[in-house]
Amino acid sequence: MVSARLRELFGLLPVALLVTAGFTAVVLSRTEEVNDLSLTYGGFFLGLCVFAHFFIRIRLPQADPYLFPLAALLAAFGMVMIYRIDEELARQQAQWFVIGLVFFCATVVLLRDHRVLERYRYTIAAASIVLLFLPRVPGIGDRVNGAFLAIQVGPVQFQPAELAKIGIIVFLASYLGETRDVLVRGRVPRLSLKHFGPLLVVWGAAMLLLVFIRDLGSSLMFFGGFLALLYVATSRLSLVAAGAAMFAAGAVFFAHTVGHVQDRVSIWLDPLRPQVVEDEGYQVAQSMFAQADGGLFGTGFGRALLELPGGGLILPAADTDLIYALIVNEVGLFGGTAVVLIYLLFTARGFKVALLARDGFSKLLAAGLTAVFAMQVFVIVGGVTRVIPLTGVTLPFVSYGGSSIVANLVLLALLLIVSHDARRDTAEDRGGVA
Amino acid sequence: MNRPIVHLFGLFTLLFALLVGFTSRWSVFEAESLEDETANRRPLLEQQRIPRGLIYARDGTVMAKNEQLGNRQTRRFVRRYPTDSLFSHAVGYSFIDRGRAGLEQSRNDVLTGSGNEFASLIDELSGAQEGDSLRTTLDPEAQRAAIEGLGGRRGSVVAIEPETGRIRAMASLPDFDPNAVRERFNDLNADEDSPLFNRATQARYPPGSTFKVVTAAAALDDGRYGPNTTVSGKNDKPISGVPLENFEGAQFGQVTLTEALTKSINTAWAEVGADLGDSTMLRYMRRFGFGAEPPLDYPRSQLAASGVFDEELLDEDDPIDIGRVAIGQERLQVTPLQMAMVAATVANNGALMQPLFGERAIAPDGRVTERIRPDRVRRVIDASAARELTGMMSSVVEEGSGTAAQLRGVRVAGKTGTAERGAGVNQAWFIAFAPVEDPKIALAVTVEQASGTGGEVAAPIARRVLEVILDAKGRGSSGPAASGGF
Repeated sequence: MVSARLRELFGLLPVALLVTAGFTAVVLSRTEEVNDLSLTYGGFFLGLCVFAHFFIRIRLPQADPYLFPLAALLAAFGMVMIYRIDEELARQQAQWFVIGLVFFCATVVLLRDHRVLERYRYTIAAASIVLLFLPRVPGIGDRVNGAFLAIQVGPVQFQPAELAKIGIIVFLASYLGETRDVLVRGRVPRLSLKHFGPLLVVWGAAMLLLVFIRDLGSSLMFFGGFLALLYVATSRLSLVAAGAAMFAAGAVFFAHTVGHVQDRVSIWLDPLRPQVVEDEGYQVAQSMFAQADGGLFGTGFGRALLELPGGGLILPAADTDLIYALIVNEVGLFGGTAVVLIYLLFTARGFKVALLARDGFSKLLAAGLTAVFAMQVFVIVGGVTRVIPLTGVTLPFVSYGGSSIVANLVLLALLLIVSHDARRDTAEDRGGVA
Repeated sequence: MNRPIVHLFGLFTLLFALLVGFTSRWSVFEAESLEDETANRRPLLEQQRIPRGLIYARDGTVMAKNEQLGNRQTRRFVRRYPTDSLFSHAVGYSFIDRGRAGLEQSRNDVLTGSGNEFASLIDELSGAQEGDSLRTTLDPEAQRAAIEGLGGRRGSVVAIEPETGRIRAMASLPDFDPNAVRERFNDLNADEDSPLFNRATQARYPPGSTFKVVTAAAALDDGRYGPNTTVSGKNDKPISGVPLENFEGAQFGQVTLTEALTKSINTAWAEVGADLGDSTMLRYMRRFGFGAEPPLDYPRSQLAASGVFDEELLDEDDPIDIGRVAIGQERLQVTPLQMAMVAATVANNGALMQPLFGERAIAPDGRVTERIRPDRVRRVIDASAARELTGMMSSVVEEGSGTAAQLRGVRVAGKTGTAERGAGVNQAWFIAFAPVEDPKIALAVTVEQASGTGGEVAAPIARRVLEVILDAKGRGSSGPAASGGF
């Protein structure tokens, strides 16, 4: 039987292929000649992947062999697209990967047993909530497109929601793992405030997010992650339905009262109206135009119309929020579908980790992290393709951005830790040698 | 807890399928309508990335070329017109923000390389689209002679090769510098002299006596008249019940049709026209191309039809004083291009050729991708009637009102026209072709608000252009070989 780690190493082959082919295509579209120097980012990135592989081989030998190559494949896609937009950005992105890997390794080294996290759950919850509301603090808060999503400390811009999503999931997994018995045992008509309490608190927090951060996307992401956890913990669709209904009611209410949310919704319904198409609807409209330009197979890496004659990009936020539109533009419906499929495979492996986990907390943690990750993909790709209103969250592993890379690599580290732990247990049960 | 996890995965599979569904909606199913959205500037910006083909004059002079801006990633092309205002109306312009006009518009498919299906497929695969160049028969020397001849006066000159319909010169004053269109478009548009307006193809003027050529063609071809048939040239003869005056009240007796044309006798030709009747006259006019926009390779929006107008084009069913139409009066309005087509038809033994600018399209690798061949629109009059009419028109230049167009050693046939537009202000006309024995060029000249007659004002301009074109030919330039192997 091929060992898990060997499978992981083979899994990196497509990554190497994509990086080589992608970078070559972009470079060719520019200069007709392959310049070795330009390819160093690609080589550097592959070096990082191999390093991470050996690190996992040593520290987490039993961990799921597919999660890391899938993440690397997504990151490779992102590197090629970002390199295509701006060489300097690709250099910075490569730097962020180094920093992200430091966090990844630190998480694995410091957190020998993820169950330790349960002890600090209230601290983690409090820290996450503080993080989430930091962008509203005057002086460091940064308003982007009407939403408060980032903080600016000196030259570094940071999106706290990225890290907060992990903290919130850790807290909820721990909390629900402990109280799930109560929630499961109670009969629905007799559910007291004790049962509904946490639900109401989280709902309230999501609504606060909607009002204060003014971002439907992150609150949908958090609340979706919460409902997923609640469902896994209790198997009670009635609770989930109640929660979803409450969120929908709240969202509709605020859509009519909070100007920013209202605008987002009306743009979502018709972004091509002449009154908004050059203004608030510009991003969504350009996203659709870019996808239309891509067609079935796309224009090819580096060949889409992106730079405007007067400087600037025709597709705004092409490296972050709208990067999926640029992917569809350059590699077409096929490329876009491939990216979504990679996310689906990652999600499948994440849930597989949850299925294999032995204790409630580990199961809930893996399921929650996977769910919030998948929700984030749905929120941003859904926004770009106009399934839901467009909001500013990043496309995990693909978008440019330090906080996004660091947070998602930490998320990956946690999933791998849980996976290693679960598989080691299985191996021991089979009579293997620990 | 495992069952809900599996369910959850099912839910995300559905959600992700929805993402793929919407991606295909924008990238494939609704892609075309999105590309047509006015807010979508991509198609326009893409066009700027295609180097348009060049436009050449007959002698190889480049009339339109490209200037490359930006680096490889942001490169785009902007049109430059090295001949400045010389061919402003014929060549036109093409700018992303100002649209297109002239040949730049009518031959856009060739110039962007999108006309040829096979070529577009190759371009699609190789990712590099480039337009074909267009060779025209426009002749810079003749054009310069025409513009110098007009000498700043408002008016127009159109010169056509009768045998092929190929246009050698098309001048319209005032003109404009196409290089300035981007910056000065609004000024040019608002200018009271309307420099953007192509008087050669769009302006409708009363033709005056040049129209007697059409009446004579109808009379001769109909068979009831010959060059020696006599008619009365009496002054103040009633036409449609109203007395008609000859030019300067001149009195004539019985005259032949040749004499009536040479001396441009109004009452004689009005009588001929009235005798032929509405339906015969209008039938011949239609054969010459009146009543429809000329089939020139030029934008429809820049072409006007000639004919009898009362807000709109009139026909047999409308009350028309056909006797006065026959001498270029009434509500008859014509474009210079139409009158050049009349002269060219007579010169070409009575057959009307399609007027053409384009001569061939040339791919970037030098291959000729399209030859634009001469095309006969129809036979308008018999060759014998055309020969008789040629004789009559030669007499106009040799001893009549058109002597100012005489050339040394080359016989010229022509007809003057002077339409009074007020006290001492005339629309001066001259249409002509030469050499009489084997016509190589036919033309129409008109000057707005002239103080003299057609013979005094327009005929000398015609002579100047004929001189340049016929001389140049003698000096052994590429000649007909350059105009499509004829």
